[in-house]
Formats: sequence, structure tokens, C-alpha cells
Amino acid sequence: MGGIYALVAVGLSLIFGLMNIVNFAHGDYLMLAMYATFWANYLLGWDPLVTLPFVLFIWFFAGAATYKVVIRRILDAPMVAQMFCTFGLGLFLRYGAYFFWSADVRKVNDNLLSGILDLGNIYITKAELVAFFGSFAATALLFLFIKKTKLGKAIQATSQNKEAAMEMGIRTDKVNAIGWGIGIMCVGLGGVLLATYYPVHVYSGWMFSLISYISVALGGFGSFWGVYLGGMMIGVIENVLGTVFIPTFKMVFVYTTFIFILIYRPKGLFGKF
Amino acid sequence: MERILEKLKTYKIWGVILILGFLVLYPWIFTDPHPRHIMIILLMYVVLGQAWNILGGYSGQISLGNHIFFALGAYTSTMLLLKVGMPPWIGVIPGAMLASIAAIFIGEICFDLRGHYFAIGTLGLAEITYIIFLNWNFVNRAFGFQIPILKNSTYYVQWANKEPYFYIILTMAVLVVAFVWKIDKSTLGVYLKAIKEDEERAKSLGIDSRRYKLLAFVISAVITSFTGTFYAQYILYIDPDSLLNLEFALPIIIIPMVGGMGTVLGPILGATLLIPLAEYARTTFGGGGRGVHILIYGLIIVLLALYEPKGLIEIVKRRFGKTFKLYGDGSSALFGENDKS
Repeated sequence: MGGIYALVAVGLSLIFGLMNIVNFAHGDYLMLAMYATFWANYLLGWDPLVTLPFVLFIWFFAGAATYKVVIRRILDAPMVAQMFCTFGLGLFLRYGAYFFWSADVRKVNDNLLSGILDLGNIYITKAELVAFFGSFAATALLFLFIKKTKLGKAIQATSQNKEAAMEMGIRTDKVNAIGWGIGIMCVGLGGVLLATYYPVHVYSGWMFSLISYISVALGGFGSFWGVYLGGMMIGVIENVLGTVFIPTFKMVFVYTTFIFILIYRPKGLFGKF
Repeated sequence: MERILEKLKTYKIWGVILILGFLVLYPWIFTDPHPRHIMIILLMYVVLGQAWNILGGYSGQISLGNHIFFALGAYTSTMLLLKVGMPPWIGVIPGAMLASIAAIFIGEICFDLRGHYFAIGTLGLAEITYIIFLNWNFVNRAFGFQIPILKNSTYYVQWANKEPYFYIILTMAVLVVAFVWKIDKSTLGVYLKAIKEDEERAKSLGIDSRRYKLLAFVISAVITSFTGTFYAQYILYIDPDSLLNLEFALPIIIIPMVGGMGTVLGPILGATLLIPLAEYARTTFGGGGRGVHILIYGLIIVLLALYEPKGLIEIVKRRFGKTFKLYGDGSSALFGENDKS
């Protein structure tokens, strides 16, 4: 779980870092990716691993399109309007899905990743293992992309200082669109990996929006690996505390951690700003 | 000039009297239960939206946790009614006290947070409350409480027809609107607007921002808890899913946002448009509870944030602004701080 949280949170943090907008519709893109995996599996019989490249491709453009159509117009709007806008977008996606596919809980059929690995005393499903390493690999790739390539450097520059980046000849509008594309692509990847072992449900999106937000707040806005660690920690807190104490209260622990972090370390654990 | 001023003032007063007259006569015009129910819910959301507006609209602190107070009001009065037999007329008072304690508690925790941190902090607390209520035996967990039906009993605030409920909520709505109008013009209103503009600067000018935010939050909580008690007595059934769910609480936030945050007319306008629309969507496409009304909410918020971030009140202002501007100060109290620009 932690790996997926971390990946989704990194996507959120990328978008936030670029244009200072919190995307409250973030988890709903994840939910849609889960549905895409489910339907491709159910109707076409595709394995989630086959669906994956298609989802990545489509989600990238969906993210960029969201930026072009909606987000670009609210870049300079007051914070409240930005918040409500992405929040409303999330509601729209969530209840759109609800309208078409109702609130039934669905599950992707057996696939390449089904089955359980036996590591001595520890049993772990293959799907979870793949999700964990897949999300780690994706985060590492994203890190390399941002640090090493020209485009990645443009993204860094834009998130540090937009005006200066513009003057250096970076087309910030395009960079923003790509940032959204990549952020949403992370979510798409998370969604596909998650769908291999996690029930597909309309409301899971909102939970992931909140959790990724909390992970980013925990890790600290602007810190790449901090956010990754934040997501991992949320996963650990949720599952360890939830299992040790009372499972129904696991989200209570997550929210409580979040509030404590905000009070005592408002910049997050590794935050720069 | 004096004369025109006087004339316009009377126009405005006539407008208010006309609307109030229509509302007072409403149960006689519409005798079916359904339109009456819609009007009751509409007025309830005017009150809730207005209560949210005091903190969220005027001081810019977006609370996503106001439904905690609603639930506290509803649960306190209902449990006192069921366990001690206390009539809800008195039960609202402990409910309001509990809600204000909760508001102080939440405020103490969250008022250091800015912007979206505050919003998510309050939301987190609301979700914690929801989970606790779902699992707490004392409040009957997810089952909630049902208030036994007694037919007509003014003592226990229960009636077989909707008229008394209608007049109670109408009175509340009128009082709350008048109250917010007063706040708008008071020093508290000015302080809150200053905090919204720039909290650090307001602080440096000697405004104890924390104190005023807390005061606004407590006022907001008390009004919201009253409405909670009313709702419990009207529906006669409460459970965590219907009171503490974010979906239920959404209109509280969306209504002032759609109408215009930080204005007296905003929540009224928002509720008048959204509640009948939601009801229409629910009855038309609502087969199987597919939440079309929330889909529409989402769409409306996105469109508003894109094209009219200050709410529909801006459109009204542009259209009728000149008429109101003729008498200067009065309109700014009605429309909020940006009127003069």
C-alpha cells in the first residue's frame, strides 16, 4: 500500500510544486485508472499488464488536457477558487463514474500477477510485491528524469521560479501541461497496479486524494524523496497501527498523524517550503 | 437626491417585505408536502450556509468540518430526549454548548494552519468524528437513533404536518440572515474581512486574529448545532451516515460558494438555486440513488471557479449594481467588501 501512496503522492507533489495548486481530484484519476483496468479485463480479457501502457499513454494526455482546459484558467485565481475548482472536478469525475457504474465493488479477475509467494514465514501476494517495486521503480525513473534530462530541468526551474524560468526561454505553459501529464500518469500507473489486488470502487478515489495530500504534507512540499517516504510512512501507519489496535480505526491514526505533523512540523518532515 | 435615496430605500424594504410575505404565505400557496419539504430544506441550508459564511466567507477560513456541529446538535438533543425525556426546546442548549466547545477545540488545533491546510485539517477532524461515531456504542454506532413518533406535541417539537416546522425554520433563517447582516456591518465583520485580505497584516495592525476567528467559529458552530436539532426533530431519524458524511455536508460549503462568499445575499441566492435544482435532479434521474445532484454540484463549482470565482452575486451586482450604488454605503453592507471597486 505504502508504495502506491508514495507514487500517487509524488505525482501530486510534482503538480503542486509546479503551479502551487493542490489537485483534490488526484485520487479520482486513480479511481478511473482502476476502472479502466477492470473494464479492459472484463470486456476484452486483457491482463492489467497489457492495459498498463495504454493507460499510461491516455492518462498523460488526460492530465495535460485537464491542465489546458481547466487549470490554466485558474493559475492566478485566489487559493479558494483553485481549491474549489479541483475539488469540484473530483466530484464531477467521482459521481460521473458513480452514475455510469454505480457503487458496486468490483474486482479484477485472475491475471498474471495472481498468486501468493512464500518467503519462509511471510506470505505476500505477487500483485502487492509488483505494486511495491513497480511504484519504487517509477518513482526512481521520475527522479532521474527530473534531475538529468533537459525537460526535467525545465520542470525544476519552473517550480523554483516561474518568472525567471520564463525569461530564460522556458515555455512554462508547456512545462505545466507536461507536469500535469506526468503527475496524472503516476496516478494512472498507481491505479493499474492497485487494481490487481485491491477492490475497484467509486469512493476509493477520494480516499487516495486525501491520503496523497497527507503524504505530501507529511513528507514536506518540495522534497521529492521526502514525499515518497511520507507515502510509505502513511502506508505503514495505516496498516501496522490498524492491525495492532482496531482495524476500523486505521484512518483515525492517519488523520491524527497528519494533524500532529501540521501542528509540530508544519513544513513536513523534509520540507523546503 | 435625498428623495431618490428615500425612494430606493423604500423599494428595498418593499422587496424584503414582498419576499417575506411570500414565504409566510408559502404553506397556503403550496399545500402538497413535497414543495413544502423542499422549502424547509432550502431554508435550512440558508441557515447552514449563512453559518458557514460567518467564518468561511468573511474570514476566508474554509472549514470542511461544519457538519460536526450539525451532528453534535442533532445527537445531543436526541439523546437527551430519548434517555432523560428532555424536550428538544431545552435540548438545543446543551447541544449548542457542546458544539461551541468542539469549535474552540478544533479552532485551537487548526487556526495556526493556513489555506488548504486548514481545510484538510478540519476535514480530517470531521472524518475522525465520523469513524468514532460509527463505532461508538454510546451513540448507538452506525444504527443511530430513531425518535418515537408522538403525533402533535409542541412540548416534544413534533407535528404531523409540516407547517410548524416550516415556520420554525423560517424564523431561524430570518434571524440568522439579520444577524449576519449585523455582523457584516459590525467591527467583527471588518476584522474578519481584514483577516481574509491579509492575515499577517491584520495581525500587525493589532487585530487579535486568532480570537476573532475563534469567535466567528463558535457563532457558526452554535447556529449549525441549532439547525442540527431542528433536522433531527424534522426527520426523526439520525445516524452517522446521514449527518457526518462529507456528501451530506457538501451543500453547506457549496451554497455560499455558488452564491458568493462573504456576502449576506450569497448563501440565500445559492440555496435558492441549488436546492431545487438538486431536488429536481434527484427526482428526475435519481433512480437507484445515483448521486446526479452531486455530479451537478461538481460541474457548477468548476464552471464558477473558472468564470465567476466570486459567486453568482457578481452577476447580480453587474446587472443591478447601478441601482444599488445610488445609495452607497447600504449596498456595501449587502454585497460585501468589494462593492466599491
